[in-house]
Amino acid sequence: MFVARSIAADHKDLIHDVSYDFHGRRMATCSSDQSVKVWDKSDNGEWNCTASWKTHSGSVWRVTWAHPEFGQVLASCSFDRTAAVWEEIVGESNDKQRGLSHWIKRTTLVDSRTSVTDVKFAPKHMGLMLTTCSADGVMRVYEAPDVMNLSQWSLQQEISSKLSCSCISWSPSSSRAHAPMIAVGSDDSNTAYSGKVHIYEYIENTRKYAKAENLMTVTDPVHDIAFAPNLGRSFHVLAIATKDVRIFKLIPLRKESAVGSSGPTKLQVQILAQFDNHNSQVWRVSWNISSTLLASSGDDGCVRLWKANYMDNWKCTAILRGDGSPVAGSSSQAAVPSTAGGPQHVLLQASSAGRKKAQLIPG
Amino acid sequence: MEEVDVEPTTTPIPGFDSNQKHLGFVWGPGDILVYETIYKASGGSAGGCPFVHEVRKDEDIYSPILRKLFNESHHIFVGLQRIREDLPMYHVSSLELIWNLCEVLFIDAAPAGSLVLHLLDWVRLHKADVDEKAREVLASESPAEHQAYWDVVISYVLQGRMDEARQVLVKQAALQPAARVMFKLLDNLLMKMPIFNPGETQTLTEFDVKWRHWREEVDHCLQDQSFASNRHLEDICKILVGDEDVLLEYKELLSTWYHFLVTRLLFSHPTVKPTELHYYAQVLTTTLYMIQKPLDSILLAAFEFDIHQVIKDCSIALNNWWFVGHLTDLLDHCKLLQSHNLHFGSNLREFLLLEYASGLFTHHSLWQLAVDYFDHCPEFGRVYLELQIERVPLDTERKALKVIRICEQRQMTEQVRSICKIMAKKALRNNRLGSALSWSIRAKDAAFATLISERFLQDYCAKGTFSDLDLIDNLGPAMLLSDRLTFLGKYREFHRLYGEKRFSDAAKLLLSLMTAKIAPHSFWMTLLTDALPLLEQKEVIFSADQTHELMFCLEELTSGKSVPTPDRPMQVLGYTPPYPLSNVCFPFNLLIHCFIICSNLYSCLARG
Repeated sequence: MFVARSIAADHKDLIHDVSYDFHGRRMATCSSDQSVKVWDKSDNGEWNCTASWKTHSGSVWRVTWAHPEFGQVLASCSFDRTAAVWEEIVGESNDKQRGLSHWIKRTTLVDSRTSVTDVKFAPKHMGLMLTTCSADGVMRVYEAPDVMNLSQWSLQQEISSKLSCSCISWSPSSSRAHAPMIAVGSDDSNTAYSGKVHIYEYIENTRKYAKAENLMTVTDPVHDIAFAPNLGRSFHVLAIATKDVRIFKLIPLRKESAVGSSGPTKLQVQILAQFDNHNSQVWRVSWNISSTLLASSGDDGCVRLWKANYMDNWKCTAILRGDGSPVAGSSSQAAVPSTAGGPQHVLLQASSAGRKKAQLIPG
Repeated sequence: MEEVDVEPTTTPIPGFDSNQKHLGFVWGPGDILVYETIYKASGGSAGGCPFVHEVRKDEDIYSPILRKLFNESHHIFVGLQRIREDLPMYHVSSLELIWNLCEVLFIDAAPAGSLVLHLLDWVRLHKADVDEKAREVLASESPAEHQAYWDVVISYVLQGRMDEARQVLVKQAALQPAARVMFKLLDNLLMKMPIFNPGETQTLTEFDVKWRHWREEVDHCLQDQSFASNRHLEDICKILVGDEDVLLEYKELLSTWYHFLVTRLLFSHPTVKPTELHYYAQVLTTTLYMIQKPLDSILLAAFEFDIHQVIKDCSIALNNWWFVGHLTDLLDHCKLLQSHNLHFGSNLREFLLLEYASGLFTHHSLWQLAVDYFDHCPEFGRVYLELQIERVPLDTERKALKVIRICEQRQMTEQVRSICKIMAKKALRNNRLGSALSWSIRAKDAAFATLISERFLQDYCAKGTFSDLDLIDNLGPAMLLSDRLTFLGKYREFHRLYGEKRFSDAAKLLLSLMTAKIAPHSFWMTLLTDALPLLEQKEVIFSADQTHELMFCLEELTSGKSVPTPDRPMQVLGYTPPYPLSNVCFPFNLLIHCFIICSNLYSCLARG
């Protein structure tokens, strides 16, 4: 693997999340500098910042895109106890020429009393729906009943747990065989309550989410959680970032019937793999689009890629690690990528067309 | 056999220190973005964050050479699904080596006798340096004195290329007329070496007898010391009788254990059976050479006819799924693979093809090849395709239509709907109402079609004209998708009829829009106002009954409901009111309507 391109992100503080849109042509970054930036990929592969605006009054932890069927919509969540939904407005013609666009806030979700640690949109077949989770252990499900009106969101359900929540993942399955599921992870270090992953299932009858499973074997704080794309399987695969990387298989135990089922499906939980290669806390896990690779990021400052062969044996296939050279200079980078450049790097010049590899001068 | 273990590669990310920061990441299509961050909840300021890095795999679909390969192999793959074709040569050397060996052993499945010859061919293919060296030597001033001369001769002999060896030897013979007899003798032996010819009626046994006879003759010459005066010629002779010690001396020329193996077989066991191969390979590898590279294990597994081991080792050692996927597919086609039962029921071939095709999907043009691969994965191909085809960026209408066509051909209705919806949304956002409408119709999205129809009508009210007339005029049965859309279509039709002066048809239509409840109430005022010029015509257009209905509509409209005044100009109907209607306040407006309608009614009645 190699670094093909380096983009001067130009946030004035740490980036906490980067999110690609559905088609991989746009990306959003959010930071402790309280802003979100949106980047567009041009035909020759260059990234251009088309919007940058202050979104919250505290660090922005996560940013995520809605499905493009709903338009160009972002959600962000922050230390300032709120989550917000943003929509892109096609700008005036001179803005368009300058390649800029505007994002306006459609709604602020203010129900949380503590830092909102994650926000995720539901799979599109559920409509325009999102879930937030907070440091005080409350998970909230919101829905916009009229998808054409992004200003109206109703709180569908609030679920409190005694443990602070750090992460959410929606099961991506759109198959009729599976009811919608949400997994919530807790980074609470309280050992009185074991089982730091809760799984909730949507019950058709009550139109509410009910707890289906608590992964009791996960006793350490959980920092991230991710369902793998379903790909026609009858069971679910869930990756967890905790003191190691764990991959669980969740097998629904009885045939669900949409009508008449009064409780969540029983799930049999099996562990598929466990890796402690990071030798430390694992902070993020994420599946690639075809679910053939899992990536994890740990306290050891590395990103590791994991792959299963056809016999379901998992192996680490690649490692990404900082090369040890210190961060280039101060944060006073030039605003335009073409002129920025710290002592350790030469950036891809925005004006040079067609070059795909960044030329890097070793520090 | 032990599984080949390959250490994961480490890719350095510039400009940040693993000891101080964490590495954040996000998966992209075909790449992974990384950035420095700190994963702690406190979120204190820790200094600016310079860069986000795009990280990609090395061997890649971005390489033009590999792209050509992918295109070629795709072509072959598709053909293979129908009939087996002759496979062309690939130019990636290790992969080629493995592939060709698999062909020889598994596909051609040469029996004893031919086997050695096929293996010889295989070795020769991959030792092109001999010919190069030979050319160099022969091109030199005095070939027989070239320092590589004997290397060339011996290499030819080791490869069983006796004719070439003889041709080169002639040069030496010319230099040493005194040793003419000796050279002639060797030349004779080389010429007479029996080569199994599967086409002839000679049986293996007959060949074996002939070969042993020849070998005795060569041995005899050796015992006779016929070549004692020339070390090289003697070595050649010893090679011909399969003298292992001498073979070992020429280890460098042989360079690999598999060359050694094949050469040894040629001169010691030319009638080797396929089932015996692995024994000779094992002996060689355990006593003479060390198996080091993953390539060696793969080849050894092939010699052992352990197909699954070959594929397993390939899939671990080789990063390129193209190769493994195709190899597996090829072997599967020859019914040489037995499916392992995977936990989700798929077989190995499909697993690998799915992997390979998924990798192709991230490329901006190769993704179309991937579609065919998914089509030929009966168990999971469809669901993989459904998942990935939605992600193809819809940069242009043309591309969107291409993707849609692929989905429609496979009855992927949900994907078609989704793509159309995305395009409709995009068009609406950019105020291209016509495009938005046609995409919503294609998506069969009634709600969105209604919304866009409303926008059309609003635009009409504001500007007095319709945009995208072509589209609206030719809606056809698509008009029925939503009530509002039907109304839009019919309303436009009314305008057309009026423009063509087909007044009674226009009148009938206008009325039906209200009586059949196609028109939304909010629009009735506009419609009634549209009726005015028709009422004003000299000839009677509305019949008595129709006029009644008009009155009835007016009544319904005014019964307690607040109706917005029509503010669109009347010019479009060619009607210039003698008074500016827009200046007239609401109730008076209506009175005028009533008056006109009533007068029409009376004139109808008057005429009976």
